This record gives sequence, C-alpha cells and structure tokens, in this order.
Amino acid sequence: MSRITLSKLAHSYLPNPKGEDDFALKEMDHVWQDGGAYALLGASGCGKTTLLNIISGLVRPSQGRVLFGDQDVTDAATTERNIAQVFQFPVVYDTMTVRQNLAFPLRNRGMDAGYIARRIDQIAAMIGMEAMLDRKALGLTADAKQKISLGRGMVREDVNAILFDEPLTVIDPHMKWELRTQLKSLHREFGHTMIYVTHDQTEALTFADKVVVMYDGRVVQMGTPEELFETPAHTFVGYFIGSPGMNLLDAEVMGAEARLQGATVPLGAAYGPTTGRTQIGIRPEYVTLSDEGLPVTVRRVEDVGRHRIVRAELGGQPLNAILPEGKTLPADGTRVSFASGKVNVYANDWRVAPKGA
Amino acid sequence: MDKTQNNKAWFLVLPVLVLVAFSAVLPLMTVVNYAFNDTFGQNEFFWASLDWFEEMVTSDRLRDALGRQTLFSAIILAIEVPLGIFIALNMPKKGFWASLVLILMALPLLIPFNVVGTIWQIFGRVDIGLLGRALAAMGIDYNYTNDPLDAWFTVIIMDVWHWTSLVALLCYAGLQSIPQAYYQAARIDQATRWSVFRYIELPKMKGVLLIAVLLRFMDSFMIYTEPFVVTGGGPGNSTTFLSIDLAKMATGQFDLGPAAAFSLMYFLVILLISWVFFTVMTNLDREENR
Amino acid sequence: MRIKTSAIVMTLYLLFLLVPIYWLITMSLKTNTEITSTFSLFPQSITFRNYGVILTDPSWYMGYVNSMIYVTMNVVISLTVALPAAYAFSRYNFMGDKHLFFWLLTNRMAPPAVFALPFFQLYSSVGLFDTHIAIALAHTLFNVPLAVWILEGFMRGVPKEIDETAYIDGYSFGRFFIKIFMPLIASGIGVAAFFAFMFSWVELLLSRTLATVNAKSIAATMTRTVSASGMDWGVLAAAGVLTIVPGALVIYFVRNYIAKGFALGRV
Repeated sequence: MSRITLSKLAHSYLPNPKGEDDFALKEMDHVWQDGGAYALLGASGCGKTTLLNIISGLVRPSQGRVLFGDQDVTDAATTERNIAQVFQFPVVYDTMTVRQNLAFPLRNRGMDAGYIARRIDQIAAMIGMEAMLDRKALGLTADAKQKISLGRGMVREDVNAILFDEPLTVIDPHMKWELRTQLKSLHREFGHTMIYVTHDQTEALTFADKVVVMYDGRVVQMGTPEELFETPAHTFVGYFIGSPGMNLLDAEVMGAEARLQGATVPLGAAYGPTTGRTQIGIRPEYVTLSDEGLPVTVRRVEDVGRHRIVRAELGGQPLNAILPEGKTLPADGTRVSFASGKVNVYANDWRVAPKGA
Repeated sequence: MDKTQNNKAWFLVLPVLVLVAFSAVLPLMTVVNYAFNDTFGQNEFFWASLDWFEEMVTSDRLRDALGRQTLFSAIILAIEVPLGIFIALNMPKKGFWASLVLILMALPLLIPFNVVGTIWQIFGRVDIGLLGRALAAMGIDYNYTNDPLDAWFTVIIMDVWHWTSLVALLCYAGLQSIPQAYYQAARIDQATRWSVFRYIELPKMKGVLLIAVLLRFMDSFMIYTEPFVVTGGGPGNSTTFLSIDLAKMATGQFDLGPAAAFSLMYFLVILLISWVFFTVMTNLDREENR
Repeated sequence: MRIKTSAIVMTLYLLFLLVPIYWLITMSLKTNTEITSTFSLFPQSITFRNYGVILTDPSWYMGYVNSMIYVTMNVVISLTVALPAAYAFSRYNFMGDKHLFFWLLTNRMAPPAVFALPFFQLYSSVGLFDTHIAIALAHTLFNVPLAVWILEGFMRGVPKEIDETAYIDGYSFGRFFIKIFMPLIASGIGVAAFFAFMFSWVELLLSRTLATVNAKSIAATMTRTVSASGMDWGVLAAAGVLTIVPGALVIYFVRNYIAKGFALGRV
C-alpha cells in the first residue's frame, strides 16, 4: 500500500504529438493518498482509462513520472508494481474452476497452500460464491463471471492499489448496488487504495471519498462529493454532477452582485473583475419559484417521483428548478429566486473564487 | 440464438437437395449397385451379395493401404497441429508485416494439388532438385524414387509444406479474437507465458482447432493427387494410400465390383470418424453458447 | 527479446514455404539443357521460351481458359444454392435439420476417388461428358456443403432482430435477403466464394476424369508433358508458375479476410 504520485504526467498515443490536441492526457500533477477510495469520473473518451492504464503500467506515459510511495515506477512492468485490476468485461479463465480462478494470482506468486485455501474462502464469502467454488467458470452468467474477476482483484492482501475499470457495467442493477456497498465496506476493512473508473455519477458519489472528475484529458476537479455539488470548479463538473445539472446563465459580475436580464442577483460574496465569458451557476435545488425575483417562462413540469423538475426559460436561457414533494407550482409562479450563498461565478468555464475566500 | 420452428424452411434448402442429389446420391447409388453385383459387360448384372465386401475385408491389399493411410494421417496431424499453433503464436499481430505474412502463408493453399506435387518433384529429385542436391551434398543418401523411407519423408514434408498454413491461419483467427484485457489481466496476475497459453490462448483456439483437425483429417485421408504425382504410389506400394489404390483398381484394372465395395467401406470409415469429430464440435458449441 | 524470436521463427517458416516455389520459378526460366546438365541456384541465362511454348500453344493455354470457365461456373452455382440453405439452417428449426446438415457435410468428406468413376458414367449417360458444366457440377459435391457451412457461421453472427425489423417494415423475403441481408454478410460471401474458387481450382482427379479435350483443365494438361525428348521440365515448371498466379491474385484481394475466413466465421 502506498501513496501514488503523478508528476508532470501527460500521454499521447501519437509518436510525435504536435499541439495540446494530440494529447489524450494533458499535463497533470496529482497525489493520490494511501488508502483512499477514489472515483475517476468522466464521459467516454475523456482519458479515464488511459490514466488508469498508466497507473497499472499497461501504458507507458509519454511524459512525466509515476511514483508509488517514493519509488519511481514509470518504467516498471505491471507485475513489478504489485497492483490488481478489474476490467470492464469479465476476464475469467474458462477452463478453470471458480476456486482455481481465485487462486491463480496467489499461486503464481508461490503462496503457501494453506494460506491460499483460507483466503479463497474469505473472498468467496465476500462475493457470495461459496456454493459455486468447484464449478467450471465456463457457462456462468456475466454477473457471476464479473464477481469472479472482482474476487481475483481483491484476493491479494499486499497490493499497492486496486484499480477498477467500470467493473459493474455488465451487472444487474440490484446486484450493482450490493457489490458497490461491499466494495465500500472492504475498503473500510482493509484500507487498500482503490481507484474506480466510471461514467456513472451515482456510482462515483456513493463509492468514493474523493471523486476525480475528468474532462477532455484533464482532471478538472478532485474533491469530496459535497465539494463537487456545492462548488464545482469547472462548468463541466456542474453540468455532469447532479440531475439535472447546474444552471449556467450568462451574466455580468460586479462586486457582490450579478446583473442579468436587467435584474440584479445577490452573490453572497464580493468578486473581483472577471475576464472572458462570465457565467453564474446555480443548482436547480437552490432555485425557488416564488412571487418575486427574476421573471421566467415555464415550459413544462416533469414528475420524477420524489420531486418535480420545472423546465423554464430566463431571457432565452434554459433554467431548471426543483419543486420539492408536496409543494405546488404557484398559480402565478413566473418568478424565481436563488438561495443566497449558493451561486458560483465562472469565467471561461473555470470557477472564480470570491474575494477574501 | 433461438431459432423458430418452421418447416417451410425446407423450401430454402430444396435447391441444395436437388443439386446434391444429382451430384452425390445418383453416383453413390451407382457405386452401391456395383458393390453388390457382378458384371460381364453389356450392362448385365448378377447379384454378388457380399462377395466383394468379403474379398475386400480379407484382402491384404486393402488392409495395408488402410494401415499406410492411417499412419500417414496420424503423422501429418501430429506435425501440422502443434507446428501450426506454434506458427500462429509467432505471427505478427497487425500492420504491413501481418498482411504480407498472411498472403505468403496462404499461397501454398491456392496451388493446384498436382502443381504441389510437381513443385516437390522438381525440388526433391536428386538430379535436378535443390533439396535432393543439398541432401546429397551433405552426404545423406536420399532418393525418394528408390527408398520407401525417403519417399515417405518427401510426401510428409510436402503435406506439411502444403497444409500447415491452414492450421496456423485458423489458430491465428482464434487468437485475434481474444480481447486485450485477457492479456493485461494475465500480466497483473503474474501468469507465466505457459499459463497464458494454457489458460487463455488454448481454450480460445479450441473451436477453430477442432475445425482444423477435422479438415486436415478428412483431406489427408482422401489424399490422392500430390503423392500420385511425386511417387506414383511407389516405390513398390510404399506410398499407395487408399485413394491411389482405389483409383488403380477402378480405372487401371477396371475391377469395378471390388473397387465399389472398397469405395463404400472407405467412405464409411471417413464418415464414422468425421461424425465423432462433428458431435464433439457441436457439443462444444452448445457448451459455449449456454 | 520475444519479438526477435518470433521474427526468426516466421522467417524460417516463410523460407520453408517459399524456397520450393522459388525453385519452380527459377526452373521455369532455365533451358532444359541447363536444368539437366548443370546445377545452379540462379538461371545462367534467363529464357522465356518455356512461357512462350505455353502462351502460343492452344492445347496449353486453353487449359487455363477451361479451368477459369468451370471454376467460375462452380462458384456461381455453389453460392446460389448455398445462400438460401445456409439462411434456413441459421434461422429455423425444421424437421430433420440436424441430420440434413450432417448429411451435407458428409459430401465434403467423400473422397473424390470414390466418385470419379460413377461421375464418369453418369455424365456420359446424360451427354454432359467433356463439358464445363459437368466439372462445375461435380465440384459442387464438396463446395456446396463447405459454402453452406461457412455462410451459416457468418449468418449466425447477424442478429435475428434485423430480419424481424425488415419484415415489419414491409420487405418481402426476397427483397430483404438481397437488399439488406446479403450486404451484411458480404465478407462471408467473399470468403465462401474464395473457398469455392480454391477447391475447384486445385482439384485434379474429377476434372481429369470428366474431360478429355473440350473442357480439359490446366491441371490435367500438365500431366502430359512427356515429349519425345523426355520430360520437358522447363515447360512443366512454367505451367506450374502460371497456375499459381490466379491463386495469388485472389489471395491479394481477400487478404483482409483470410484469417477470419479460414476460421469459417466461427471465432
């Protein structure tokens, strides 16, 4: 187990990258704490898997170093890094039994037979496959196969990190939830560093202590689920996290007020002058429909069960608001107000910190 | 895939049935007719019951040819299958070299059988052949027209030359279908090269390997042209395989009755062995699709 | 290190494959006196006489023409009947389907030697002896089962929902099959055609038995090169080289499908 440091790391799949666009991963510096549970979140093709493969050693970065603890492992082969990885699609050895599958990584490392037997029993209990241990892996369902892959990933106790590459894609929804909870409790129990790649925000937010959001080859924010929700560092984070995502409105920011559509919105803090495209961001959860405030046109109301989503327009820009259960849409509810202190300011998509913060 | 029950599908297979009936059933009936009758020409037939079969079963000639045939098929399978797998594992995976290697390897497969024979005849002869000359220069007494062992060596190496690529290409296709993740997982699990082969590559090649063995078995068991061109079945009868013997009997000596009985038994042997292969193969298919 | 050993293995194997072919080619460029009297790795003086003999003598070059004709006919016939049958096997269960499929395959297993004589009699009696169509039909014996087998493998890879959607959209079976289904398995059809071509092109026994003059194949022509002055090795070698050329061309066109094709769509 060790801390993972990415130093000036960048990667391009082209032999001679010209500009920044040629890089699948743009230069980054990050430290992943020992024993942390990280989720790597982003849309398809944002570089999540590339980053994961660089950490596991399947891909060698074109620039920068990877450090495990104080040891430079940039040029170390996968086997020397002592990590475990679970892939998106189940990788099981068809001709082996479930037991042999689970024992494979231990046997290859010449572990003692008694220890292997004990460890297999533990893991089998964990993934709920005690009854199937002596069955051939061939012919099991995709669910069961993926559970074996997960088990094989966790069977070694001394690994530096366990990497998961969207491991629950092929699993049934109810099973997904159960396995995720199990991973979480495993993490608490054994304290392995875990890195979990996903494009599903629920998965990321429930699994991880820290979520790393990637966008276009960059890590745009690394923070707790709460930080991602309250203070998204980039408009992409605001848009990607939450359902629906954060409202973004073009505005002019002057001191502690924003001006849009001829009205003023209090920001709760003072900001310095901004450059480039300036937007304010407000979560739909913090938008209240009321009798006073900014004038909007309601387009439609969607009932999603627990609450309703009001799709509206504010001066030609879309605006969503969440109407909590039990509340009704005011008869003349054509105005909205924003909860104070919940408005973020963005210049050229990056969050601007308020003065004195 | 779930298939629907539909007996109208017979209409779709009708053209095949008509064609195959014409090109297989009718001739086969002629063979059966000969096998059970005797003729003195003029299309007069006499019922000969199982005489021809008895004669064939008890004849040393058939038994010897069958023995040689089995030995030949066993040897070439024992060489071509492991060699084919080995070559497939070493083939380049992609890029220019991969296409070039593929094209060159497929080349022997598209050469008419008798030209294959001609190539090896020209190549192996002691007077004009590169191989023959080279072996002679190394002091090896090699002459496939006189020495049965040399003749066998030539015929076997010719078959290996001709068909190993088929096995290799089949295995290569099987290997290509293995997702990269398997190799990555194996690296993480610290599997040895042998384990990767034994637990990942071999299981994935199993299906295509069975096809390879089936095709190679059938074709080697029917081999006629190549050894006929090179050795003519000689020296003596040492490379007279079943088909060569049959053709000698039927067209050379015009012993139609025995030849027909021979044909039928020959066909049945192939059928029996192929049926075993086929059953194993469909069972495997089912297991994998379960 | 691994890359290196595999390169060595492949080089050795390709050498093993190519040296005999090289020998055939050099021989085709040598004069008969050079072949029999001296021994040299390269032709001392390159001669095209051997090729000249073949390309000017109708009894030689008609062999190629005849082979081409019956091979083409065979490919067309084999595919035309195999396509609907393969579709039936890949999509439907019907009475006796398993047995029928196996019975078809048995024809691929039938030794040509078994059929040579009955074919001769059958085609003589219906007046087809020594015609291209006779050889083409005879070769369907092993090509149709193989084509059905290959095509069935490829068709199984096409989801059934495609058929159902097309029928819902109001396509008739024929229009669906030609307009939608066939393009989807185009590579399978190419592979099946390749195999039909290959096995028809390389076969000697049946084509020799079923033709004497008018439809005599190049393979059969090559078996008579003994002239008054003994073996005409040079011409034999040149004829051999010329029979490799069509095969090489075909391989070049299907090179991207070769590996998958040899697995008969079953990987």
